[in-house]
Formats: sequence, C-alpha cells, structure tokens
Amino acid sequence: MRREPLLFERSESANSGWYRADGDMPDTPPEELLPSRYLRRERAALPEVSELEVVRHFTRLSQLNFCIDTHFYPLGSCTMKYNPKVNEKAAQLPGLTQMHPFAPESASQGSLQLLNELQQLLCEICGMSAFSLHAAAGAQGELAGILIARAYHQSRGETRRQIVIPDTAHGTNPASAHLGGYQVVTVKSNARGRTDLSALREAVTDQTALFMLTNPNTLGLFEDDIIEIAEIVHERGALLYLDGANLNALVGVVRPGDLGFDILHLNTHKTFSTPHGGGGPGAGPVGVAAHLAQYLPGWVVERSEDVFRLKRPERSIGLLRAFFGSVGVLVRAYSYIRALGAEGLRRNTEGAVISANYLRILLSSVFRLYVDEPCMHECVLSALAQKKRGARALDVGKRLLDYGFHPPTTYFPLIVEEALMVEPTESETKETLDAFVQALQAIDAEINSNPEVVQTSPHSMPVGRLDEVRAAREPILKWTPQMSISGARNTASVG
Amino acid sequence: MTDLNDYRFTETHEWVHLREDGLFYVGITDHAQEEITDIVFVDLPESGRVVNAGDELLLVDSVKASFSIYAPVSGTVERSNEALANSPELVNSSPYEDGWLVALKPSDTADTDSLMTHDQYLAFVESQQ
Repeated sequence: MRREPLLFERSESANSGWYRADGDMPDTPPEELLPSRYLRRERAALPEVSELEVVRHFTRLSQLNFCIDTHFYPLGSCTMKYNPKVNEKAAQLPGLTQMHPFAPESASQGSLQLLNELQQLLCEICGMSAFSLHAAAGAQGELAGILIARAYHQSRGETRRQIVIPDTAHGTNPASAHLGGYQVVTVKSNARGRTDLSALREAVTDQTALFMLTNPNTLGLFEDDIIEIAEIVHERGALLYLDGANLNALVGVVRPGDLGFDILHLNTHKTFSTPHGGGGPGAGPVGVAAHLAQYLPGWVVERSEDVFRLKRPERSIGLLRAFFGSVGVLVRAYSYIRALGAEGLRRNTEGAVISANYLRILLSSVFRLYVDEPCMHECVLSALAQKKRGARALDVGKRLLDYGFHPPTTYFPLIVEEALMVEPTESETKETLDAFVQALQAIDAEINSNPEVVQTSPHSMPVGRLDEVRAAREPILKWTPQMSISGARNTASVG
Repeated sequence: MTDLNDYRFTETHEWVHLREDGLFYVGITDHAQEEITDIVFVDLPESGRVVNAGDELLLVDSVKASFSIYAPVSGTVERSNEALANSPELVNSSPYEDGWLVALKPSDTADTDSLMTHDQYLAFVESQQ
C-alpha cells in the first residue's frame, strides 16, 4: 500500500517555501505590540516544507484520484458525464472572473446578460415560466422549492402540513421536507416500479402541500402515469414538484412544464456538465410555472430594452446565500448549453438513454433486472443471486475498481435488495461499455472460482477495503503528531 | 431468557413487547438488523412524543443508508435506550434485548391484536424472499 504522508509529516525544521527579503521596516517583537495573553506560548505547528515538496505532494494526491477524467464512472443517479474543457476556458475569461458583485449594473452588463440568457435557456429546456439561479446547489434548490410551495399556500390562507414522496425518492427529498417544517408521507411503488396511483390518491389530501417526484425515477423508469399523477395532485390543490436529478434523460426531448410540474430544481453538475463536488461551489437553479414566479429566491435578471437589471421577485422567499449564485458554475452550464445547441442537447439525451439500455440488456445475463422494461438514462440491477453465492453488491462494486472502473451506486434505491445502479451517461464509447460488461462477467465468474478475491477487493488501489463502519462509529476528525506512521517518509519515496 | 412468542411483529420489521413495567418496548427484528447491516447511529426520540401506530418513530443509520422505524402501536415515548448513543451496535448484536429502541406508554387504543406472532413473522419474511 502506498501512503502519501501529510505535509505535517513531511515537515523538516527550517525548510521553507519562500524567503523574505530584508525590508526597510524595523522588526518589532510581538510582545511590544500585543498584550501577552494574546500571544502564543508555543510556535504554531505549521508544516515546514519547500515549494517543490508542496508541488509534489499535491501532484501525487491528484494522481491518486479515481475520477471522470481518468476512468469510466457509472455512478447511478450522479450523471458523471464528461465536463468539457471549453467550459473551463469560458469560466476563466477575465471579464467574468474579475467581476465584483458590488459593481454597478452599468459595469456588469455582460455578466448579467449571460445570467439572463441562461434563465431563458433553462425556461425553454424545461418548459417553465421563470428561473432563479440563486441556490448554491441541488439540495438548497429543493429547500427553495419547498419554501415557494409554503409561501404559495399561505398566500391562499391555507396551512398544509404534509409533503408526499415516493418510496424510491432520493434521501434529500424527505430531508428538505423536514427542514421546511413538513411531515413526510411516503407512497409505495407498484410492481412496475412506478408511483402506485391508488396509493397516491389516498396519500394526497387537502393537507398536502407538495408531491415531490423524480422523473424518470431512481429506478431509471419514466413515470408514464405522469399526466394522471398531475391531475390527482392538482385536484386536491397541491403542487407538483420535480426533483431534477434525472433531467439528463429528458433534455431536448420532454419538457417538465408540459407534464404538469409547477416547481423544479436542477443540478447543473449532473445535467449541464459542471464539475461534481470536491468541496467547490455548485448551483441549483429553481424553475417555476407562471403563478409562482413572484416567490422565487434571491434575484432574477430582467431585460428591458437592451439593459439587464437585477430584480427581487415581489414576494420572494428571500435570500438563501449571498449575491447571485455561483456565477462561475453557471458560466460553465451556459457554455455547455450554447456549445451543444438544441440539436446537440437532444443527441446527448438520446445517447445517455441508448447507452443505459445497451448495458441493461447485456448485464441482464449476469444480474437480475429489478423491472424488466426499457429504461431511461440508468438501470437498476440486483446482485441477490451473487449474494447467495457469497459476494454482495458492495463486493462486486469494490472488485470493479481492480478492473479499472468506478463502482456503480450500490444499495439504492432502498426498495431494491443488493441494488447496483448503473448510469453510463452519453460520454462513453461502445468499446468502454463492452469492457465494463466483460469486467462484470469476469467478476461473476470469480464469485464461483475464487470468491475471496472478490470479497477482499480492491487489491490494486492505494488503499484496500476501508472499515466504513468504524469510520462512521469512531470518526477521527483531527490529525495529531502521535498519529504519524513511522517510516512514512521512506514509504513516500517509493511513490 | 427471551421468549419471542411473547413478542409481536410488524410487516415493517419492528417488534413490540409488553414488559413488567407496563410499557411497550419497541425494537427491530433480527432480520431487519441483518438487512440494515452495521448500525452506526440511532436518532432517538425525546420522551413525551406522542405517536400513532404506523407513524415514523425514529431513524437508524448504517453505512448503507438511513432507515425509518415505525411505531407498532400508539402511545407516548416514555424513554429511549440511552445506551445506544454510545453503542449503536447493540441493535445488531442483541436486537431483542439490549438493543431495544424505545419504551412506549400505550394509549387507550393501543393494541397488538393486528400484529404478527413470531411464527407468522418468520413465514412473512420467507414469503418476501
């Protein structure tokens, strides 16, 4: 196992990344400037390393990454598509990066025009009337959607206390509903993996504020009763919410607004190819039908004649964060949409759906399909038969790493035992998809011939099987010098 | 010695057991803890919370996911198993005894007649496979 030591562990006294030139200001001892109670008694334990050591450290860490730029990453529900480098180029244009949020509107017309056009593009793609780009990420967009529904019902003098959610929903849906102060009512799926209409009729009452639906749902199946679902929800005065997590299956083909959705949020890092995670900023644009536009969060950018202005919607639910959203991320989404155009967006959607169905058919010879029907952009398989032979979905996923593939999502959705959720996206070649299928066939054979190699995998990664349970029960959140592994420096010289 | 014949079971894999102190003790079944896998956190409810049968009572987290546990009978939360705060693994190692979750003071309408016996529950689990 190759372990990259921390910079703290590499620290050698008197190493330094920089040297201060002698200045013409006298050095004043800190004791003369600050009361003693504010002074450190010991030196701060900062790592002392040279600039080259720092460069090597972070270069090595980046080489340990298992990422979309290095590997096929079919992590279901996450839409790990390629993030085109032209997006990065656009986002680094100095005219955009050097814009200050307090600059007057007259000096920021270019940025405002871009945001206004992105709002229009998203409205057109989704069939909604208005968009706010303000939310920091999908989960915050979801909370915004719930607060919009609450403001809408309150404006009609109604206090509705419940939000209805299918049993296939992402965990963020009940979490956002709780955060918004609502009770969660769960609706079961039917044998076809779709919302059960009779259960929905029972669940939706005059207490229902919102029905939150993901379409296609997390089984990768299109909710084909959606028109009837919208009728049931609207008849009771409730609103219909789309969790846009799976929008990559719809863009350019189906507009959620045409299906009856009143509110939706998008995850630009999924559908619109902005980078995932990494602690960086995200964006969760929120779109609404016309009657809800006045409640949108933050600001919207309006155009009058050729002038672009920031406007707070009249009955806005307020600010969720500072300023206008993560503009750098929004530039990337804009760049993606404009580079592809309507035709290209549709082609990508078709590619995502065809790739998922290609994998679904080939993999159905190895794993059981939860619902044996054409899927949309992802498919859900069950490793229950493999579990009975000694290797669980988790083991199969870990073993895939040794074959050079990121594991699919495992154990989600919760209603599928030993779930493997595969989302290839439109970015991959047929050769890559074929190699992935061959790897899973090989792993399936290994479960018979050499189950231990699967159960104890991965064997080729910088770290082996991690103790996830202990990490969750006894997390170590702070490094202390006593933790240094002796000989770390020697091990590192190998890497 | 635990006699599971005295326990009653739900289709959502909770058990309920009336004990000498007059309280209904609630936990999850051996099958449930096996499916959930190693439990890393139990979100225990506060005393005094009123629940109806079928309401969400609490959440348990494993490294797999977060799972809702439902009240098998109506009542008021009298107390929760504080030992689980530091040792959530008790639910895995001793689901029917040390790993109990909540003790409910039954409401007037609380009844276990509609719940399954242990044999019925085992047959139910078998039928779901």
